[in-house]
Amino acid sequence: MDFFVDSLSSAILLIGSLDPELFEIIGVSLKVSSTSTLIASLVGIPAGFLITFREFRGKALLITVLNTLLALPTVVVGLFVYAFISRRGIFGYLDLLYTQEAMIIGQVILIIPIVTTFTISAVSRIDERYRETALTLGANALMTAWVVIREARFGLVASVIMAFGRVIAEVGISMMLGGNAKGFTRNMTTAMALEYDKGEFVLSVALGIVLLTVSFGMNIIFHYFQGKTRV
Amino acid sequence: MMKKRYFLIIGAVVLCTMILGSMGVAEEKVLKMSTTTSTENSGLLDVLLPELKKDTGISVKVFAKGTGASIRDGMDGNVDVIFVHAKAREEKFVAEGYGTKRYAVMHNDFVILGPASDPAGIKGTRDAAAALKKIAEGKAKFVSRGDDSGTHTKEQQLWTATGLPLKTETKEIVKKGKKASVSFKSPGGIGEWYFSIGQGMGKTLIFAEEKRAYTLADRGTFLNYKFGRKQGLDLEILCEGDLALFNPYGVIPVNPKKYPHVKYEMADTFARWLISGKAQALIANYKIQGQQAFFPDAIPDAK
Repeated sequence: MDFFVDSLSSAILLIGSLDPELFEIIGVSLKVSSTSTLIASLVGIPAGFLITFREFRGKALLITVLNTLLALPTVVVGLFVYAFISRRGIFGYLDLLYTQEAMIIGQVILIIPIVTTFTISAVSRIDERYRETALTLGANALMTAWVVIREARFGLVASVIMAFGRVIAEVGISMMLGGNAKGFTRNMTTAMALEYDKGEFVLSVALGIVLLTVSFGMNIIFHYFQGKTRV
Repeated sequence: MMKKRYFLIIGAVVLCTMILGSMGVAEEKVLKMSTTTSTENSGLLDVLLPELKKDTGISVKVFAKGTGASIRDGMDGNVDVIFVHAKAREEKFVAEGYGTKRYAVMHNDFVILGPASDPAGIKGTRDAAAALKKIAEGKAKFVSRGDDSGTHTKEQQLWTATGLPLKTETKEIVKKGKKASVSFKSPGGIGEWYFSIGQGMGKTLIFAEEKRAYTLADRGTFLNYKFGRKQGLDLEILCEGDLALFNPYGVIPVNPKKYPHVKYEMADTFARWLISGKAQALIANYKIQGQQAFFPDAIPDAK
């Protein structure tokens, strides 16, 4: 019990003291994870639409593959990207390894399947009649898509929340591709792993509490948008 | 009816296996040890532990972490014995009653590594503090363990010895209801040229290799990474031989008075075995790529 009391008081103390390092760490987490969520959404949502409304060979297989990729381990993504961007890899000359850009690349790969599959399920749940009505009323493809987006917005926002939640909480990619360098790529999860390795459990749990608080705040913002667009 | 009987049989088999399995574990002598990443990464344990098993029947479950975390494991009673390298902290561990006795096992030394191009021009400098000073003044990239390990402790001592103004960061935390602090010294330059990555020795070497940076490493791990792998390192030893780079290892059984559940007798047998003639000779003869990596301290001339 003492352990949790200590951790909770440490968390409050950490936040209360406006520790500049803590805010830097939170900043890295938010910056990297929101950038990767944004990029993944820009790719994944249109991809989800295309897959839902186009008929092509291997569609069922593609959806199965995407569903499988939902269980993609972060370590596998980390290794895969690492192989490309390490000094000995094809893109080694870009000096990308152990930078925030590298973390973003890994995270985008991790969550594109999430955004895409959840978009597919959100969009395909929309009654086909909305689309048909829009088309018969003379809407072009883009306008039709807009009608569907409006109807599916709840599911779409949910897919973005899922994706963000996955990347803000992941540690494998951040550690392997970011390298946990203080002031460069150290984020909340790698900082927690480090404090654990150092045996500073109290600080580690305190950081965990801060992370949950930040996520909670982000979710409130998302829900605000979700609620707003529900009309 | 048939189905039910099948389930019964399967259940009985599973239960028997579990009971037999747990008996097997109970009979086997297993010791839990937290140690620094360097003893594991250097490959020394792979030589010592099979011999230990032959001689005493004890097998060791190894948790390789930084020295800080290993000592912490001992203080929390999570392990039976610790095998680490940060002499002052080990002595404190014993003085506070967490460990019974520190046995001096061996030492190796640290080396300062860097890219062959040597941008800070430290090659040939014997004085480790002077070499670090040049790196800091030239703002050449430097990778630090930054994980409160024995190597990190040594690095902070060396930075102190440079006489450069150091930046100390302190974090306030609450321990046992009282305010305490965790501090961390660096020469500054964080976010600029000083990379504090908070990871093990192996990862730090790879980080330095990738970034073409300088770093402080123990010789054993370095030799293993440089010559023991298919893809060796390009990093080279640029500064070595300074007495300040000396690195002693000690083994300490966790005190059964603090934690009655620890396997003290087995831990003490292990510690005594490590300082026995046989183990000391194994340590002296352990070579990485033809070079002696560790020097026995209990019996310095063990052969």
